[in-house]
Amino acid sequence: MTAMSFVYLAAILFAIGAAAVLLRRNAIVAFMGVELMLNAANLALVAFAHMYAELDGQIMAFFVLVVAAAEVVVGLAIIIALFRARQTISLDEPAELKG
Amino acid sequence: MVNEVLFWTVALLTVIPSLALIFAKRPVHIAMSIVLVMVGLAAAYVGMGAPFLGMVQIVVYTGAVMMMFLFVLMLVGVDNAEDLRETIKGQKWIAFAAAGGLAILLIAVIGDATIEPRTGDVVGNPEEIAMVLFSEYVLVMEVLGFLLITAAVGALVLTHVPRLTPRRTQVELQAARVAAGADPVNKPMPGVYARHNALDVPALDPEGNPIEDSVSRVLEVRHQTQDGAEFRAQLEDTDNPDHEARPHGAPSRDSDTRNTREGEEPK
Amino acid sequence: MQSLIWLAIAIPLASAAFLLLAGKRADAWGHWVGVVASSAAFLVGAGALLEMLGQDAANRATTVTLWEFIPGSDLSVSAGLLLDPLSITFVMLITFVGTLIHLYSVAYMEHDVARRRFFAYLNLFIAAMLLLVLADSYLLLFFGWEGVGLASYLLIGFWNFKDEYATAANKAFVVNRIGDIGLIIAMGMIFAAFGSLDFATVFAQAPEASTATLTGIGLALLLAACGKSAQFPLQSWLGDAMAGPTPVSALIHAATMVTAGVYLIVRSAPIYNGAPDAQLVVAVVGAITLLLGAFIGMAKDDIKKALAASTMSQIGYMMLAAGLGPIGYAFAIFHLVTHGFFKAGMFLGAGSVMHAMNDTVNMRRFGALRGVMVITWVTFGLGWLAILGVPPFSGYWSKDKIIEAAFVGEGWQPWVLGGAALVGAGMTAFYMSRLFFMTFHGKARWEDDMHPHESSALMTVPMMILAVGSAFLGLFLATGDKFTHFLEPVTGHAEHHDPVISIPVIIGLTLALVAVGTVLAWMRYGRADVPVEAPAGSLGTITARNDFFQDSVNRAVFQRPGQHLTRTLVYADATIVDGAVNKQARGWARLGEASRKLQTGQARSYAATMLVGVIVIALIIVVGGL
Repeated sequence: MTAMSFVYLAAILFAIGAAAVLLRRNAIVAFMGVELMLNAANLALVAFAHMYAELDGQIMAFFVLVVAAAEVVVGLAIIIALFRARQTISLDEPAELKG
Repeated sequence: MVNEVLFWTVALLTVIPSLALIFAKRPVHIAMSIVLVMVGLAAAYVGMGAPFLGMVQIVVYTGAVMMMFLFVLMLVGVDNAEDLRETIKGQKWIAFAAAGGLAILLIAVIGDATIEPRTGDVVGNPEEIAMVLFSEYVLVMEVLGFLLITAAVGALVLTHVPRLTPRRTQVELQAARVAAGADPVNKPMPGVYARHNALDVPALDPEGNPIEDSVSRVLEVRHQTQDGAEFRAQLEDTDNPDHEARPHGAPSRDSDTRNTREGEEPK
Repeated sequence: MQSLIWLAIAIPLASAAFLLLAGKRADAWGHWVGVVASSAAFLVGAGALLEMLGQDAANRATTVTLWEFIPGSDLSVSAGLLLDPLSITFVMLITFVGTLIHLYSVAYMEHDVARRRFFAYLNLFIAAMLLLVLADSYLLLFFGWEGVGLASYLLIGFWNFKDEYATAANKAFVVNRIGDIGLIIAMGMIFAAFGSLDFATVFAQAPEASTATLTGIGLALLLAACGKSAQFPLQSWLGDAMAGPTPVSALIHAATMVTAGVYLIVRSAPIYNGAPDAQLVVAVVGAITLLLGAFIGMAKDDIKKALAASTMSQIGYMMLAAGLGPIGYAFAIFHLVTHGFFKAGMFLGAGSVMHAMNDTVNMRRFGALRGVMVITWVTFGLGWLAILGVPPFSGYWSKDKIIEAAFVGEGWQPWVLGGAALVGAGMTAFYMSRLFFMTFHGKARWEDDMHPHESSALMTVPMMILAVGSAFLGLFLATGDKFTHFLEPVTGHAEHHDPVISIPVIIGLTLALVAVGTVLAWMRYGRADVPVEAPAGSLGTITARNDFFQDSVNRAVFQRPGQHLTRTLVYADATIVDGAVNKQARGWARLGEASRKLQTGQARSYAATMLVGVIVIALIIVVGGL
């Protein structure tokens, strides 16, 4: 069994995360779906690094992790601001975009 | 080469909890499932020669990010079960089709890819990682530092609520309360009966009528109050038989103007 | 004094502004301000005239540039005044007659509550008319042209509380606008042809321009002149304009403003000299109008309308003369000046009669006023003799020359034009005598409560002065061809031509026709009894009484088709032009409505769309790129 199996696993996790983003109305849950997708990508990166016996993949995964952390900070701040303004964090509520 | 046991363990430990993202109702359950996924991924990293990344994964994701998610969940107070019925027509099928299509596409592409694995064993321990990070990628590292600071400041800006009016002093608050018609003095303490000194019994005014405001509102909502008339009747029975007993259950609140606030309908 | 000629415009203008703004406190003495302003303008003009007479004939044109009016690269117009024999003639006529009429109005309008306003308008008119004749460019002339139009409108509708008077003012205004369009078109053509609107520049280049251009400009100018001077076919407003107070009729609608068309054509002489066809049209229009006016004048019972018809007819003479070219220009102006005197005098006389007869204008209710209004009778009689062309009174010297000049030429023209002028003289004699006899002679046909009396000195003195002018001005100016020579620098020297009939024969014929007309009128209206109610009359009489049904004709020929045309255009605009635009707009709006539905406002739908799009693009890359 090669590390390629982990890449397949990453693909499945990525799809699950995407489905969560599309399906869940709760902004925090949808956000967790995004996190899952990021982590799936990380898994693939680490798997590739293992296959090629190079450290660069791991470094890349490390950077993704840092960026994800920053993203979480800002994203959660936005959710809080949204909650303050609307008393809800449902993604279906902010329907001002409706034409 | 990777350990087969490790792979299957990780696969089960990640795929099954991650399905909670789609099917679980309570956000807290979902968050805890994701913590499990993160731990599983950390195990996979360690198994693939990236012990440093595995540790960072646990520290950052399970320790910081997911805890922050939980914190926000508690902060906004929406730990209620979410109704999973779809509100947008067709969204469910589109979502499943899209996600399924994505999975199939990705798997097809991965299966089609030809990779020639190299031999040799590189372990991403902190020392090795640091060597690469601070030589080849030092500039990126710096930029990431900026990014983190910016994100922190951004979060502060987004969550900051500016004070638009000056803070009111206690004197002003008190004046406003009196102006609104509140009692200028403290409410009487409940339960002043000599033989029944308890929080669930209203105090009596000088005429012997119960003051219902003296009982905590919480107890009233829970219907855990006692009626003062009952005790007064006992008093009157024993101590003052000449005194005319009032009818039970009608402690003449209507006649007691002191307790009827202005603008409030007597109950 | 010549460089100060702008004061002649500025003083009445300032006075008009003052009178309009001063309010009630000036009611008691405001009219004297108006009189003084008009007199001052006259004095300025007289000073300028004296100075001009001291100069050589060749150097008598002076341009006084005031300021750069419209500075521009292509069109540059300076506000300047042109003082030459032609304009000074008008200045003298306007200010002299104007001042007399101002004086007369002080008494005539004595009982009118709005006398101060009346004088303000009169002063405004004097200023605008002076601007018209003194302007050194067509554009500045146009300002004066519109100014007199405005003053005329305001004064015709001075008693606008009567609906018909207000309507008359509107009618004059609208008809004049048609003429103004002619002037605007003419200015456009002049600018296109010569690149300038200054008289000096335009006239210097005029001889080199093509005949077609000059003819076009000439016809457009003629349209303007027809509007302002009530010439056929734009004559319909003048009769109704008699709604204004009588001094206004005398000043504006007899002596000065209505002659502005003649001024315009004489001033544009260099243009007409190069366009014989346009000249012929001018002459023909003049001939038609002079016969038309005379014919109408024979049937009118309203003294003011009869005089208005006479004015039309006399201006027809002037137009005829102006259309004859250099031999006629000077006589046109000459007749204009003498006409200004005797017609103004007669209008003032008519006003005096109306004043005495409680504002009655129906001549069938006059008669035998000779006895009670001696001064009016004498002054009016002098005017009557002048307009008849009886020697040696003023009209003879000017009108006879026009008739003579009309007979000059070749082919059919002298016979037609000269014949019209000759017949017109006879008709003039008939209708003016009719008017004179019906008013002053015969039996008294007054209504019961009438107590006619002579007017006050303030009214009679101006009449007397004008009567003196009517009597002797022609003789004075014609002796030794003084006036013709005076105008020569502007009108050009005319070679002497012999008429097709010898001059003594023309004079004899004219006087004979005048005598016949007068005698006929005496028989019917002097000696015989005049019925108080107008008899039904022949077809000709009815036609003339109704002004040749001009209003009906205008309505049928211009108004109705115009209304239909505009309605059709509006409909076409609404359905075709707007329809196309609106349908297209509606189509886009529907497209917008349809595409709006795509914007559900559901963020998750957008996310799904995005993901599907990403998958599709990835598929294309993977399948197509492999």
